[in-house]
Amino acid sequence: MTDQPLTAVSRGILPLELRNVSYQAGDKRLVKDVTCQFQAGHRYMVIGPNGAGKTLLLRLCHGLLKPAAGQVRWQEKDKRRVIKGQAMVFQRSVMMRRSAAENIAFALAARNVAKAERRERVEQALFQTGLTRVADRPARVLSLGEQQRLSIARAWALRPEVLFLDEPCASLDPPATHSIEKLLMEISAAGTTLIMTTHDLGQARRLAQDVLFMFRGRLKEFSEAERFFAGPENDLAQAYLKGDLLWWKRRPEEDCVQTQNKPNRT
Amino acid sequence: MDALLDAVMTAFSLILTMDADLVEIAGLSLNVSLTALLIASLIGLPLGSLLAMARFPGRRVLIIVLNALMGMPPVVIGLLVYILLSRSGPFGVFGLLFSPTAMIIAQVLLVVPIIASLSRQVMEELWREYHEQFRSLGVGPWRTVRALIWDGRFSLLTAELAGFGRAIAEVGAVMIVGGNIDHVTRVMTTAIALEVSKGDLALALGLGLVLILLSLATSLAGYLVKEFGERRYGA
Repeated sequence: MTDQPLTAVSRGILPLELRNVSYQAGDKRLVKDVTCQFQAGHRYMVIGPNGAGKTLLLRLCHGLLKPAAGQVRWQEKDKRRVIKGQAMVFQRSVMMRRSAAENIAFALAARNVAKAERRERVEQALFQTGLTRVADRPARVLSLGEQQRLSIARAWALRPEVLFLDEPCASLDPPATHSIEKLLMEISAAGTTLIMTTHDLGQARRLAQDVLFMFRGRLKEFSEAERFFAGPENDLAQAYLKGDLLWWKRRPEEDCVQTQNKPNRT
Repeated sequence: MDALLDAVMTAFSLILTMDADLVEIAGLSLNVSLTALLIASLIGLPLGSLLAMARFPGRRVLIIVLNALMGMPPVVIGLLVYILLSRSGPFGVFGLLFSPTAMIIAQVLLVVPIIASLSRQVMEELWREYHEQFRSLGVGPWRTVRALIWDGRFSLLTAELAGFGRAIAEVGAVMIVGGNIDHVTRVMTTAIALEVSKGDLALALGLGLVLILLSLATSLAGYLVKEFGERRYGA
């Protein structure tokens, strides 16, 4: 097996545009009036405190949730091709009760990939994620790190134009996190657009080309990573970067923030 | 006491020598119950999957009814089937009463709620875990059902075994619709009931032992299947 470069199949479903997208559960508005655009080939990191609506934003983009208001528009109008052009890795990887290889093969079969090609892509995806050794082991007995890599392998085997990742490293130790970041950079280099949520600011710094900062369901800042980390325009984002952003009482007026004037944590 | 000991000894010799009557009766029991299980699965598994995944009006009611039917007394089912199949009943023209077919029908009615209810629980749990991933992948409905059945195979097998245990062990339904006719509809449970009332304990005990062994084997198999599934696949 040669270490061939990864190639993403470009289908031209991007750019993805969100126009005044809101989402609510019951009478609680959880995502409020988000407008933004995602371009092909970028790496987007969605950051913000718990409950900011990061995960919901990903699900709205991916089509798992329907917006209560606003529009999610892809460049491509053919719905089937839009679905085929995307894949998602969930925070808690869903491992089917099958071997690692069969987990990937299932995803490919669901996308109607021909059998011969399926086998080839399974092998390649396992190899690329360093899972060849455990190909025939049941997926659910793999370690957490291996399961998450398998999740990525499964998504990657589909050759998506856009890959959504919801906190893919949330419960992993630093070595496992490192191996996944390396993998994501490879996938990005192959031309796949990454849209990912993370809690880990270090990780956002390492991976992001563009940063989306969310707070209480609103998209507060959307800028290039370099500019964002040099000093975000939004004061909430500044506070968040400093580690000073505290969850404060809900008040009827616009999001209120409580910041503490304590020295920066080093 | 001597008579009892005698009966036990005779019972063992009946089993060890493969007594013709005993083999015939046990054979018919297995035949009827396994056929009933097969038919009940063909109805119960799709019904369970449907209840697990589809949302339609009356779904909750159906689930509750099925759960209640799991504990339905076999005698009552027997009575119901008797009425339906009797000469004056709606299906009387088929002349099925007092035949193995009638017994199979009754046992199917007994087993379907068990298979449907237990498989619904299994499938619902799997579906809750898988459905976002499946939607993300765009898995079609037919492939989804097949995947859930395959991934739930160990738990579903346990449901099958529970259904079989119910069918093989019940007396009431097969007694009423079968009539316990020698060489025609006499199965283990009805034979035991008859032999005991006649005071012939030997054959009753022999059949009883076979029945106990069968139920033990069934529940052991159920346990082992689940164990294996959990160890091998983390199911």
